[in-house]
Amino acid sequence: MKLDKIMEAAKLTVLSPDMTLPEEFDGVYVGDLLSRAMSRVEEGCLWLTIMNNINVIAVASLADAAAVVLCEDVRLTDEALEAACSKGVCVLCSPLGAYELCCVINEAGHE
Amino acid sequence: MSEPINFHFDVDGENFSSAGEASVIVKKKLRQLGIPPDIIRRVSIAMYEGEINMVIHANGGKADVTVYDSEIVITLADRGPGIPDINLAMQEGYSTARENIRSLGFGAGMGLPNMKKYTDSMEIETELGVGTTITMKVSLQ
Repeated sequence: MKLDKIMEAAKLTVLSPDMTLPEEFDGVYVGDLLSRAMSRVEEGCLWLTIMNNINVIAVASLADAAAVVLCEDVRLTDEALEAACSKGVCVLCSPLGAYELCCVINEAGHE
Repeated sequence: MSEPINFHFDVDGENFSSAGEASVIVKKKLRQLGIPPDIIRRVSIAMYEGEINMVIHANGGKADVTVYDSEIVITLADRGPGIPDINLAMQEGYSTARENIRSLGFGAGMGLPNMKKYTDSMEIETELGVGTTITMKVSLQ
């Protein structure tokens, strides 16, 4: 799915101007436990979470997630933001909760 | 038959911020060697889980990844407290991680199960008060 199809409806913002937005993503994983995410986040998928520490960046990088989406207006710690930029992990932020975000993404997929 | 390639890491047990760094480096190295992506993913998951376990439970340790023609061998050795009950530790969802560790997103009780699931073989040698060595193998054939 094209990421730009959901940017507005999902109220997504990019946390750093240095981050390169992926054009597309394939699937969504929602969860906050790192070991679960490590084994379930597929290459190219969006990972929706409220965890904002540097370890999230390591997992997203290892799993080749298209992007991390921080729900509920959660922001990265400074340390995590620095790691995201250096590892080339795209991190987006939305005021919406995980459920609302999934609904928006699902609707966009049917348009 | 080519010479095995070894990557060695000292895993810092005090630093949660750098936890996973060795796994990220191994992933990059395996990519450079042209290892298939599905193999890299399995090695990355197993290595990451082992690395995190060493940081959480054993105050760090040593990690070695050796690439042979036929397989990749991951060896994780620590001088931590040892595992009292391996069967219990292998159960999904069982964790002894402290609350402050769980608040970071760790402690799902999936570490050892994931390591076993994503490798072709896993052996655990552990002695209470001495340490634990885990050897995992992923076949390249």
